[in-house]
This record gives sequence, C-alpha cells and structure tokens, in this order.
Amino acid sequence: MKCASFDRIITAFEKNALAVQEAKREGKKVVGQYCLYSPSEIAVAAGAIPVSLCGTRNDSIPAAEEMLPRALCPLIKSSFGFALKDSCPYLSAADVVVADTTCDGKKKMYELLAAYKPVFLLQLPQVQNDDALAYWRHQFELLIAYLEKEFGVSITEQKLRDAIKLMNRERMALKAVMDLAKRKPSPITGMELLEIGFKTSFFPDKEKGISMMLELADDLGKMADAGQTGVAASAPRILLTGVPVGMGSHKVVRLIEECGGSVVCLDNCSGYKKTRVMMDEQGDPLTEMARRYLDVPCAVMSPNPRRYEAIKELAADFAVDAVVDLTWQGCQTYAVESSSLKKFVQESLQLPFLQIETDYSETDTEQLKVRIEAFIEML
Amino acid sequence: MYVAGIDVGSVAAKAVVLELLPNGGSQIAGRAVLPTGWNTAEAGEFALNNACEAAAMARNDLRHVTATGYGRIALPFADKTVTEISCHARGAAHLFPRAGLVLDIGGQDSKVISLDIPREAEAGSLDAVRLDASGGTASLGALKSASKPGAVRDFLMNDKCAAGTGRFLQVLSGILNMPLDELGKAAATGKPVAISSMCAVFAETEIVGLLARSTPPQDIAAGVFRAIARRMCALARRIPMQGECVFTGGLATSPAFAAILSDELGLTVQVPHDPQTVGALGAALIAADLCAKKDRALNTQQ
Repeated sequence: MKCASFDRIITAFEKNALAVQEAKREGKKVVGQYCLYSPSEIAVAAGAIPVSLCGTRNDSIPAAEEMLPRALCPLIKSSFGFALKDSCPYLSAADVVVADTTCDGKKKMYELLAAYKPVFLLQLPQVQNDDALAYWRHQFELLIAYLEKEFGVSITEQKLRDAIKLMNRERMALKAVMDLAKRKPSPITGMELLEIGFKTSFFPDKEKGISMMLELADDLGKMADAGQTGVAASAPRILLTGVPVGMGSHKVVRLIEECGGSVVCLDNCSGYKKTRVMMDEQGDPLTEMARRYLDVPCAVMSPNPRRYEAIKELAADFAVDAVVDLTWQGCQTYAVESSSLKKFVQESLQLPFLQIETDYSETDTEQLKVRIEAFIEML
Repeated sequence: MYVAGIDVGSVAAKAVVLELLPNGGSQIAGRAVLPTGWNTAEAGEFALNNACEAAAMARNDLRHVTATGYGRIALPFADKTVTEISCHARGAAHLFPRAGLVLDIGGQDSKVISLDIPREAEAGSLDAVRLDASGGTASLGALKSASKPGAVRDFLMNDKCAAGTGRFLQVLSGILNMPLDELGKAAATGKPVAISSMCAVFAETEIVGLLARSTPPQDIAAGVFRAIARRMCALARRIPMQGECVFTGGLATSPAFAAILSDELGLTVQVPHDPQTVGALGAALIAADLCAKKDRALNTQQ
C-alpha cells in the first residue's frame, strides 16, 4: 500500500547517490559492503558510512563475463560487472570494500576486485561454534586495526557500543516495516517490502533512514487499522527464502505476486535476516558482534541449523501457506541445501514447497510462470 | 450441456469437448489434435472448432472453455486459464483414479506431478471418485488426504533447456528423417548406443558423428530413447513414488518409448488411450467443476 511516507523513501533514494557524494565532501569516509556478514557497526564506530554495493542488476553481467566464467552465479557477476564498468555510485564513493569469504565464487571474485578497490577480506569461518567465534572475533579486531590506520581514527569500546545501539535501532525500524506483513491481509506487498529493504540499505544518514522507516511502519499500521488493505485477503501467503534479492533481481517476487500470491516474508540477507542480528548492548561489544554475525544462517555454513529454526519460526509468525526457495544459478550452497530444506518444510512444517532456480535475465519468465502459477493453484 | 478444455502446447493444440450428464457425470463428446504452428491463437481456434465438429454440436452451445498450455494466454475465447500441471493432474486422475504420479513429456518441457490419491480410490470404490466432479478442498500436506480428484501435492519440471523433452526427439527425427512412429519401431529393434550429451544442440553434433562412423540408425534411435527415459527417471525419482504412474503427453503416443520408460523406472507406466489430450481433458473437467460450482451457488441463493 503506497502512502506519503513510502514515497518519501523512494524520493530520498533517487537523490541518494548525491547524498553520499555530499557526505564525502564533508570529509566522511565510505565503507562499501556486499554481504550481511560484514559488520556495519565497525564502519559506524570508525566514523564512516557503511553502504550496500550494487549487485542486483542484469545489465552489468555481460561486462563481467569477459573475465568471469559464465556459469558463475549472477549476483557475483553483477557485482563485479559494476566494478568493471565503474557504474555503481556507491562503489565509486567507497574508500574501502569490506568483504567476506562466504562462497568460493565470491572470495575469488574479491581477489579480482582488489585491482579496482582496496578490499579488506574478512575470513569467515563456515561453522558456528566457539572456536569459530574466537576466530571471527579476531577477524573483527583486524578490521578495526585496518580501518583505524586507513582512516586515522581510534575505534574505542564506547564507539562500538554506540554503533551497536544505532544499528539495533535501524534493525528495529526495518523489523517494524517487515512485521506489518504479519497482519492478515498484509498492508504491504512483497515487492514493496523488497523495495523498502533494498533502498534504505543505501542511505548514508542512518538516523534519517530510521525515522523514515518508523514513519512508514506507523502510517501503514494506521491505514491497516482503518481497514485499508494492500493485498487481497484470499491471496496465499508465501515465505520466500534463499538467495539475496534486490531491485533488478526481483523477478520471482514480482511473478509470485502477479500469479496471485502474497510474499509476506523475505527470509534472505536483503530482508528479514537483517532484522534478526539484534545485539546485546551490555556485554563485550566485539564478542557480541562476532556472535550475532556468525549466527547468520547462510548456506555457506555447514551445518546450517539456524536456517531451519528461522524458517519454522517465520512460517508460524507470518502464518504462511507455502515456502518458495530461490536459488541463483551457480549458487551451489543454496542449490544443494534446497533438498534438505524441502524435506524439512514438507515433512516437519507440513507446508507446500517450491524451489526455483534462475538468474537475473528475463529469458525464462514464461517457464517460471507455469511453475509459480501451478504452485499457487495447488494451494 | 457441453464444456471444453483446450491445451495449446509448443508442438500441438489439443481440444476436448465434454458432455455433462444429468447424473452429475460427464463423457467425452469430441476431441481434436492439430499442429500449433506459428499462430497460437489460430491453432487454438481450429482445434476447438474441430473438437466441436467431432462432438456434432455448435460452438455457441459451449457453456465454459478452460484453456491451458503455453498458448493459454493467447486465446481470447477462454473463460479461464489454468496451468498444464493442474490440468494433467486432473485429467490423469479422472482416467486412472489410483494415479499417484503423472509423467508428462511435451514438446518443450517434461514434468513429474505427484497427486493425492483420494481415500475412496485407495479403498476401491472408484465410482464415487469419478462422479465427484467438484467437492472437497485441496490438500496441502503429504499426510492429509484429499477428497478432490487430481489434487496436486508436488511437482517438478525440467530446467530451462530442452534436454529430455519432445524437442530432443524432434532433432533426432530431423537428422534420421523418420517420423515418431518409425523412430519408435527402429528404437525397439536397435541396440542402444550411449548418447552422452543431453543438450539438444550438442546431441545433434554427437549423432552426426555417430552416423559418420556408420552406426545403424536404429541403434542411435534406441540410444536417444534410452537417454530421454533416463533423464525423465532422474526427475521422477526426486518425488516419492506412490500409486499408479500415468504417462501422458506427445511422447506417450510411442509404445516403444513407453516400454523403455517402464523399463528404466522399474514399473509399468499406464498410458491413456489418447495421451496427448489428457491436459485438454483435465481443462474440460475443471470447466465442468466451475459450472457445477456456479450452479450450486445459484441454488443456495434461491
């Protein structure tokens, strides 16, 4: 459901590249990040602006394929294509890119990216236990030392604590928007959820982003209370899980909704997963950050139990009728994990499950429509 | 009263006219199969006209037309569109009430559909199932039983390439210059050669190479049939096998292929009398369901 506060976010996004430039002119440093594992708190504590980097559009892929294998996942190709063409304003503005060794394709791409931008690579462990936690915490220490040197600042414990508080508030604001869809029917479509989550991740001014999201949640909540609806009450409620999705790589969300479904929860790194990284504001900030980020349930983790726990919880909280698992072509970790997830969703949650494997292009739209329409007919 | 289902696929346009009987049942009054060609809407139009003609009834007397297949959106006369997954399921369950799995190989895709087997069918009172044209709610979970015939429980389709579809066989048909029935006869007698490429384009290269080495055409045909059947089996094994396995679609018109598929699957597939029109039949049955639902709504209003 559109409203004035929704439009304000869209308008702010249109001027956002300029806002980042403006902040840079005022002496702010910019830290570009691709992945949810990269701790925004450290960039904030360094007095810098953490921003998402582009990687969700198909048009940067042909340039990337001049260097990268064609069979690689579109997210990696798209991200790298933006770097090659220098067409992402956020990457251009970034003083440094903070990246993580998540999947094989990404970490090798970052080696190539280092020719275009300074890249600080966090070595992400692929298991979630105490050994990994200690190692991951040390990676954060290395990042702190690196940014202190690069930016000539001192990142104190107090600054980290303040950054955690700020980022918690941002997560709560995003959660307030995403939780609107718990209502039946949802006052917000999946495409709108996606657009808000995606666009606010580029805002340089965190406080402004937070107040805009809270305002939107408030407005839409009131409109829903007054009986206005954004989605048909009869539309089957879909939980979309799997790979990250953004504007430009949104076709599956669009198709689900065109075929009559309502995407009520985006359980991915561009959506609800972000809101689940809530941190304790009292304990040792670095340990708390390391723990909460390590807990992010990406398919690169082995085993990856938290993904199943999250889906079980979200399926109940959002009262979903079905689960759709999206995999980008060439994303081996999510593709392999899909078969265990299918078993879990069908047998333990007793919910219908559909896996979709595709890329960013429009070539398979008709084939996808048949699958999605048939799936919706089945509900 | 009559309803029709029309299924416009990438290769053929199929139509079925169903006569609705006063006792709530229905019978097939006419059907037609035509090549789709380049004009999807026209192919659908002709197929429907031919089926009406076969049923010896006027098209204006059709109460409802449901369209399915890739061309479903191109037919202006359709009252409703439904995907071919739901239609094949509905058609197959009507013909084989104990059907638990439907394998469909069409011109450009292949699908495996898992069905809820109604309790009545499992218990053996089949007439109850055949006559229940509409009632019941669709089942969602594997453990809940449905009372609606042909309720889809799960399905899988081939990925977006032509491997393991009718298109693959069309390539072979072109190279060997044999229509499908001749290919079938040849395949039944040949000793299958290994076809390693599953890409329709690369397989063509591979087959040209085999011919250059004087491999007998029947061995190549047998090899290709085997390769497609294996591909289908790999897809089918991703879904738990239950009940009878019904084989539909254009490729099911080849008894030789059905035999090879049965062999690969390790069970006998059930092939309907006219396997190409199962989707259109399902669409017609869905049209009948909708009419019955409308009538019930009218009756309760009065």
